Amino acid sequence: MGQILSALGVVILGVAACAGYFWGSNVILDRIYPPRGPNAGANIMRANTIRPWLFVGPALFALTIYLIYPVFASVWLSLHDRSGETFVGTSNYTWMLNDPEFRQSFRNNMLWLLIVPAGATFFGLLAAAVTDRIWWGNIAKSLIFLPMAISFIGASVIWKFIYDYRGEGQPEIGLLNAIVVGLGGEPHAWITMPFWNNVFLMVILIWIQTGFAMVILSAALRGIPEETIEAAVLDGASPLQIFFKIKVPQIWGTIAVVWTTITILVLKVFDIVLAMTNGQWNTQVLANLMFNWMFRGGGDFGRGAAIAVIIMVLVIPIMIWNIRNASKEQ
Amino acid sequence: MAELKLTKVGKAYGPVEVLRDIDLDIDTGELIVFVGPSGCGKSTLLRMIAGLERITSGTLEIDGKAMNDVPPAQRGIAMVFQSYALYPHMTVRDNMAFGMKIAKKPKAEIDAAVDKAAKMLQLTPYLDRLPKALSGGQRQRVAIGRAIVRDPKVFLFDEPLSNLDAALRVATRIEIAQLKERMPESTMIYVTHDQVEAMTLATRIVVLNGGNIEQVGPPLELYERPANVFVARFIGSPSMNIFEGRITGTGAQTRVELDQGGGAVVPVASGERDMGSSVKLGVRSEDLVPTTGEALIEGRVEIVEGLGETTLLHLERVGEAEPTIAKLPGIHSISRHETVRLGADPAKLHLFDVKGRSFHYR
Amino acid sequence: MEGIAGRNPLVTWLVHISAALLVIIWTVPTMGLFISSLRDKDQIAVSGWWTALSGSEQNLVERTAAPDEAVERDGTWVLEGNLFGENEGTVSAFGWRAQEPAAFQPGETAELRGGETLTVEKDGTYILSSVEQPEGKRGQRIFFTSLQPPKFTLDNYRNVLFSQGIGRSFINSLTVTIPSTVIPILIAAFAAYALAWMPFPGRALLLATVVGLLVVPLQMSLIPLLQMYNSVGGFLGVPAKTYAGIWLAHTGFGLPLAIYLLRNYMAGLPREIIESARVDGASDFEIFVKIILPLSFPALASFAIFQFLWVWNDLLIAMVFLGNNEEQLVLTGRLRELLGSRGGNWEILTASAFVTIIIPLLVFITLQRYLVRGLLAGSVKGG
Ligand SMILES: Nc1ncnc2c1ncn2[C@@H]1O[C@H](COP(=O)(O)OP(=O)(O)O)[C@@H](O)[C@H]1O
Ligand SMILES: [Mg+2]
Repeated sequence: MGQILSALGVVILGVAACAGYFWGSNVILDRIYPPRGPNAGANIMRANTIRPWLFVGPALFALTIYLIYPVFASVWLSLHDRSGETFVGTSNYTWMLNDPEFRQSFRNNMLWLLIVPAGATFFGLLAAAVTDRIWWGNIAKSLIFLPMAISFIGASVIWKFIYDYRGEGQPEIGLLNAIVVGLGGEPHAWITMPFWNNVFLMVILIWIQTGFAMVILSAALRGIPEETIEAAVLDGASPLQIFFKIKVPQIWGTIAVVWTTITILVLKVFDIVLAMTNGQWNTQVLANLMFNWMFRGGGDFGRGAAIAVIIMVLVIPIMIWNIRNASKEQ
Repeated sequence: MAELKLTKVGKAYGPVEVLRDIDLDIDTGELIVFVGPSGCGKSTLLRMIAGLERITSGTLEIDGKAMNDVPPAQRGIAMVFQSYALYPHMTVRDNMAFGMKIAKKPKAEIDAAVDKAAKMLQLTPYLDRLPKALSGGQRQRVAIGRAIVRDPKVFLFDEPLSNLDAALRVATRIEIAQLKERMPESTMIYVTHDQVEAMTLATRIVVLNGGNIEQVGPPLELYERPANVFVARFIGSPSMNIFEGRITGTGAQTRVELDQGGGAVVPVASGERDMGSSVKLGVRSEDLVPTTGEALIEGRVEIVEGLGETTLLHLERVGEAEPTIAKLPGIHSISRHETVRLGADPAKLHLFDVKGRSFHYR
Repeated sequence: MEGIAGRNPLVTWLVHISAALLVIIWTVPTMGLFISSLRDKDQIAVSGWWTALSGSEQNLVERTAAPDEAVERDGTWVLEGNLFGENEGTVSAFGWRAQEPAAFQPGETAELRGGETLTVEKDGTYILSSVEQPEGKRGQRIFFTSLQPPKFTLDNYRNVLFSQGIGRSFINSLTVTIPSTVIPILIAAFAAYALAWMPFPGRALLLATVVGLLVVPLQMSLIPLLQMYNSVGGFLGVPAKTYAGIWLAHTGFGLPLAIYLLRNYMAGLPREIIESARVDGASDFEIFVKIILPLSFPALASFAIFQFLWVWNDLLIAMVFLGNNEEQLVLTGRLRELLGSRGGNWEILTASAFVTIIIPLLVFITLQRYLVRGLLAGSVKGG
């Protein structure tokens, strides 16, 4: 309890400090360049060139320390040995290319990149399309959206329970095996099943992200002018034709946004693999491998950073695309 | 033979009745205009004919076949929407061809139909553009072209000009009239709230109000013989002046005394039992003329609007809330606060009973 | 669209069925977790949660009372008792040989090897009678199939909250989450205002940087920051892993989204409001505090919800920047530990998992409107 109170104290203190800073710095600025008196015009001009920096200052500082500097530092570290002191050139990268675990992670990550965004977008689109047409659509949407609130680790527990395997002769308490047995099949230890276990892990992320895709795509679908759909009805298009030839082409932009957003999330996926397999049984991915190397044997910062750089490189195309779109909007 | 027949058609959204007992026969080749104030149900009626809204009661027949449950695409209709409703991701050509492609028509046939429609609407140079690269008027023509390509029995237009600016609206209106002339066999139903469009385009006008048909007839008939006060005031600009009065003489001609003074003999028949009953006397602004003889009305000029070709006088009269408006041809040197006496040719007077129904149609 | 004539009703049915299927697939996993967390721990281990209401069938073995406790009655020696002892249950079959544990129906009489007869009733009472006086300390084994009534309990929750450390971690999670949600909002709001409404050189570049940073993977920051924290901690003589450290880390990582969302929202506010305030002589600081902040409430709320969910659900940053001890282990970290150490104890895992997800679920359900609005502002508009 005391701990929470101190956290609340920090909140109050932090808010007061922030407010104090913003208020105080503005007051000081107005003292130095008073917007009155003989030089009022020039003073206001000068104050107005400084004031924006007072406003963005703290944010710029935090962004620099927590995101901008580390990007460069990671690149620099990736060219150094495990302790980060001796320059080793590209040897971390050549090690990586020959490391079977890295290659496996890379391959798996590519699989994740293909399957998860596609799956989540597909189910999201399906969910958006059907829930927009029924009277209980809003309830359905809420329920499909709900997994988004669940942490990856919580979701991992939920699905580990579903994939649970008891062995021959015992009643299965995992839903998946129970269904398989109910249909007359053999139960399996899904988590250790080569290749397919990757897919079973991906299912978890798809399950979480479908709601996100659905909400955004549903808004986009509802933004389509109703009259173009009616025109298509008059042109004789069937519901499926309307969906694929009229609706989907009109929301390509939004589909791309959903797809890239999930892609970025996938590149960072870590908790699910850590919790479900910790990379065993050929399920390793880059983010988890990177985390491993950060602490493995006391930590190898060089290799860890090199893997992080690879993840970053994979993100860069999307980053450029985003920046281009955002500046087009200005 | 009536090509399109509505019998006792009604529409309700839940408990809210939007249209009631609509009876209407439309012949092949007619251009029918639905006109009425905003929210009176024009679009709803049109969309029921298109099949975009379910018909709650009554029947719709096209060529003698009941259409209530026939899907829109199989009714032989095409519709032009107010917002054009072009498919934004398709070129002009694909927009026009979409319906035929869905129907799996051979490519040569589609191309021929598209090219013909494009030529008719001067769209040929734009066939490979996307809608967003077209002006408003061009988009409207694409929407019309898309309808033409489908070669429908009935064209439906829902306020097709209301998104265009004033000049373009006049030009496009004339184009539609010309289009109709080139396709004498096709039937068109055209919705608008603009009476100028209605008067200039229609072979017959259907005046709708509050979910009912007020009157159906050729434009000039509606102008000259409105069936009721609503139609009388809706058609014509400025609106017809209406005065309250009482019948003081009956017979082949009817004598009316106005409540605020003045009176007239109207050449319509009335019966003994009408004697003394309250009536409304209507006269159009353009039918009022200054007179020195027996005045229909007398009032003080409050506003003079000189438009050059005409002069509008707003008269204030004791006991009347609304000003009376007179439209005099040419330029007049009448000044404010002058009192004028106005009369009218008795043949141009309209007599309505208390409920607003014209004596002509009793 | 609803009113289109001649629509095939089959399509409507298909739509309803697909929606129902989707909803089922998306809710059943969480439901399974919740139901299991309320079940008796022995039942969780032997039957699926979907049978929770129908009770569970168990194959059990009990021994009768010791033979020398038998009493003589009408010339036969009788041993009586109840297989369930003090508890309740229903016997659906019994037997006396391990090979045929369910050979007899309750109420039937079984003849044993030594000439004794055994009867077991539905309620578990048994009578073992023999002509001769039995001897020995070990009772006869009785195999039986028992139908346990469904049992629901809060024991699992009591256990995880007070014995497994989930309660403590809950408090730790709150400690991390509250400041990490509030601080970035303040900093971001000022920056967003400047980016939206104050012209200054480099504004476009700064905005592009923020958009770019939106997608920078956290992994890039971990190692340099860990190094920095270690050296700062060493320099100041404090531990490297502190709450202050993680609050600041979450602040830094949350800023790009916060600035982006808030700037987009503020830039959409009507220019006239801000200009008329300027004409009235208000300074930028006053305009921000008195006009922009109150008007931006919806955007502030959506970011707050995002950040809350993200911090509460975060595992990676907590693992790197917080310790593994009782005072600092957050819920997600604790759940991961339990997953490792108590991997088969589903009563513990399900209850713990439910405790960790209940707060975000509640936040999510009650504030969904703001969240959706934020999502749409962040993705559709931002493209
Ligand atoms: N989906 C609907 N639900 C309830 N009322 C509706 C619906 N669509 C239209 N209406 C009502 O029906 C009336 C007629 O609408 P409409 O046909 O669009 O009028 P307009 O003559 O302006 O085209 C209006 O009063 C409108 O409020
Ligand atoms: Mg309308």
